Order: sequence, then C-alpha cells, then structure tokens
Amino acid sequence: MYEFDFERPSTIAEAVAALATEDAQALGGGQTLIPTLKQRLASPSKLVSLSGIAEMKGISADGGTVTIGGGTSHAAVAAGAGAYPALAALAGNIGDPAVRSRGTIGGSLANNDPSACYPSAALASGATIVTNTREIAADDYFEGMFTTALEEGEIITAVRFPVPDAAAYAKFEQPASRFALVGVFVAKYADGVRVAVTGASEDGVFRWTEAEEALSANFSVDAVAGLSASADGLISDLHGDAAYRAHLIGVMTKRAVAAAS
Amino acid sequence: MTNVSMTVNGKAVSGEIEGRTLLVTFLREGLGLTGTHVGCDTSQCGACVVHVNGEAVKACTMFAADAEGAEVTTLEGMANPDGSLGTIQAAFQEHHGLQCGFCTPGMVMSAASLLKENPKPSEAEIRDYLEGNLCRCTGYHNIVKAIMAASGQDVSSMAAE
Ligand SMILES: Cc1cc2nc3c(=O)[nH]c(=O)nc-3n(C[C@H](O)[C@H](O)[C@H](O)COP(=O)(O)OP(=O)(O)OC[C@H]3O[C@@H](n4cnc5c(N)ncnc54)[C@H](O)[C@@H]3O)c2cc1C
Ligand code: FES
Ligand code: FES
Repeated sequence: MYEFDFERPSTIAEAVAALATEDAQALGGGQTLIPTLKQRLASPSKLVSLSGIAEMKGISADGGTVTIGGGTSHAAVAAGAGAYPALAALAGNIGDPAVRSRGTIGGSLANNDPSACYPSAALASGATIVTNTREIAADDYFEGMFTTALEEGEIITAVRFPVPDAAAYAKFEQPASRFALVGVFVAKYADGVRVAVTGASEDGVFRWTEAEEALSANFSVDAVAGLSASADGLISDLHGDAAYRAHLIGVMTKRAVAAAS
Repeated sequence: MTNVSMTVNGKAVSGEIEGRTLLVTFLREGLGLTGTHVGCDTSQCGACVVHVNGEAVKACTMFAADAEGAEVTTLEGMANPDGSLGTIQAAFQEHHGLQCGFCTPGMVMSAASLLKENPKPSEAEIRDYLEGNLCRCTGYHNIVKAIMAASGQDVSSMAAE
C-alpha cells in the first residue's frame, strides 16, 4: 500500500468537506477497497473513513418503505431488516461473517461489482439511492461494471427500498469468492414484477424484462419455465461461460419465484 | 504518524500508526500480540479474525485507525484469567481440532462469535459459519467437533478422525 492520510469524521458534512481534497477517497467497510489498496490499484492521497458517522448507520421501516443508512453493515441489515425479509436474507448471505461485520451497503452499491448481491436488490426493488446532494432512482444509478451515477466525492448516505408484496433472492454462489456466479432478485409489487440479474452481464446488474412481463401476468414458476435468457454480452470466465450463465439466469429466476410464492 | 487508542483484551493501549497501518499489524508488531496470524493478507483465509466491539472481523482488512476507541479481543484474550485454556481452546486441544495450528486463532475467534450468537449450533450451522476460515490441514471435521463440544453438545456420535 502507498501511504495516505486518514481521517475519521463523525458527521456527513465533515466527511464531504474532507473528501474535497484532491484524490481523497471514501472508505466504507474496506472489504473491497483495502485489498485494492494492497494491490496498489488505487492510490488515494487521503482516506475518509465513514465508519464513525452515526447518522449513516441504522435501519428504519415506515409506511411500506425500509430505509438503510449508507454506512450500515451487512450483518446489521441481516439482523435488522426484518420488514423486508428477502433483503435481510440477501445481506446475511454475503461473503462470510467477518466480511458482513465490516462491509456496508453504501460501499457495495458504490463499488457496483458485477457479481455483487446488493445491486440486484436495489434494482429489482426500484430503490432510491440517497446521497449527500441528491436522490437517484436505481434505474438511473447503475451504469455498467464498476460504474455508477455517483460523482467524485459524492457519498451514499442512505438507500430507500419500497417493500414488495413478495420477493426472494436466489444466488448461485461462486464457491471460492463467495460472490454470485449468477444471482437473481425477484420482487412483486402491486403494479408489476421486477427481476434483476447480477453476476452474469459484462454491463453489470440488469433487469430481465421478458421475465418481468411474464411474471407480471402470472406470478408462477410456470410463467418463466419456457423463457431463456440471451447469452449475448454475458461474462465468460474460468468459472462459467456465457451460455452457462444464461442457463443459470433461467434456473435462478425460477428458484427465486418458487421461494417468493 | 498519528496516535491510536483502543482497549485490547480489557487493557487500554495506544500507539503510533500510519494511515495505512492495518489492525493486524498494530496488534502483532505494535503490541507484540502475535496470537493473531496473517495467512493470506487478502481477506480470504480468516487466520486473522479478532473481535472488534464484539463482532468478528478480519484484522488484515481493517485499518488500525478505524479501531479508535474500540474494544478489541484477540486470541490472547480467550484464555481464562489464570492463564489456563478457555473453553473453546481446551475443546480444540481435547478433540484434536488443529494440526499445524496456523488457522487456529481465527477458528477459535470465529467459533466464539458463533457461540455467542447461537449457543447450540448444529453441525451444518458450524460449517456455514466457518465459511471464511480456511484450514489446510485438518479437513475441518475435528474443528467442527471441537466447536460442538465447546457448546456443551454431545459429540460421542461424531466419528473420530
Ligand atoms: C471474502 C469476501 C467475500 C465477499 N462476498 C461477497 C458476496 O457474496 N456478495 C457481495 O455482494 N459482496 C461480497 N463481498 C464484497 C463486500 O460485500 C464488500 O463489503 C463490498 O463490496 C464493499 O463494501 P465496503 O463497505 O467494504 O466498501 P469499501 O471497500 O470501503 O469501498 C468500496 C468502494 O466504495 C466507495 N464507498 C464506500 N462507502 C461509500 C459510500 N457510503 N458512499 C460512496 N462511496 C462509498 C469507496 O470509496 C470504494 O471505492 C465480499 C468481500 C470479501 C472480502
Ligand atoms: S490473513 Fe486476514 S483473511 Fe487471511
Ligand atoms: S491446522 Fe493447519 S491450517 Fe488449520
């Protein structure tokens, strides 16, 4: 790791001010950023740790919406997001217990790893990403692998999830990394069903609109049994080629629907 | 260099660190607490697991500066006050839950946080909880058995291996 300054502010306003320095970077749980720094793939002049900011932690549920502070750990969401069980279950299955103690929802969404779990929940739920300057709809937020609508120095302070009538996340785990080889989040709302796929595409998380239409008409495994996802633009690597991932999208969607219904 | 203060195994400690000083480096090199091991240094193996404010974390993937004011417990804090082995440690010894012992500090610390959350875990729950703790020697069986025994459950039906 190259050297850097370290600041640990206690309010969002102080963190925003600290991030104004050139090449300063936010530090969430560090579960992605610290390995990146060790490999010298990032060399910030200063890290601004968000871990001491109480106003960015915690979960509240109110009128059909669950709001999670951007600095809330995966473990805290697993234990405390009972108002949205599929989301709590997703958080409780990220990585391993020690990763869940430190990793945060804000860090995961800011990083937008193409195999991360949270992006699928945010996109399938039509969540709102709340930052220090604005609110961004999930549909406008994810811009491709490791790319988001966040500006330099912008901090995810909270994420708001409308709670669906039924939902489930089905993850086919890549056993070495524990990330999703393919993960599908299905969420059923009064005005339709949303299906988001992670782990599969070279453009990162995406909505599988064909399955959404079929499930909105008939929320059952049978409705998606005949569908097959296209392998175009899907990831091919040593863990699985594009055709295999396309197949898994169908299987994981069926599993998620079965678990949700 | 800045100063960091925290409580480690019940004792107030402080020391000079750089921004990039990892918690594990501060514990091992700053405080001489070498019970916490570094296996992979890439947050895969869990040899470096310690507790920070009661939660299991990989000390190789946390900065010491982020532990300012925290309560940290390391393997050294798992022994009884008279220096004899704590319950989990004694169960690892009794049930041959280690061979080379390199993974053991992390295994013991993860086991302690599991038993705090779930005092009577099933075998499947133990294996699931240890997902982030790798052992290259034992094949895990006796680690699982030791944790079962430490939780006060009968392990006589688990094969000796
Ligand atoms: C062994 C292992 C297994 C894992 N398994 C999974 C898995 O199964 N599924 C999964 O989804 N993930 C997995 N992860 C990743 C984990 O969920 C991380 O927590 C997550 O990717 C990053 O969150 P973080 O809080 O640690 O962010 P950091 O690593 O601190 O930061 C990541 C990036 O986000 C930025 N950032 C951090 N917080 C904010 C914020 N509030 N606002 C704006 N920018 C911010 C940082 O500047 C950095 O660019 C795994 C990680 C490890 C080490
Ligand atoms: S040394 Fe920390 S996880 Fe391997
Ligand atoms: S006992 Fe050798 S690595 Fe586990």
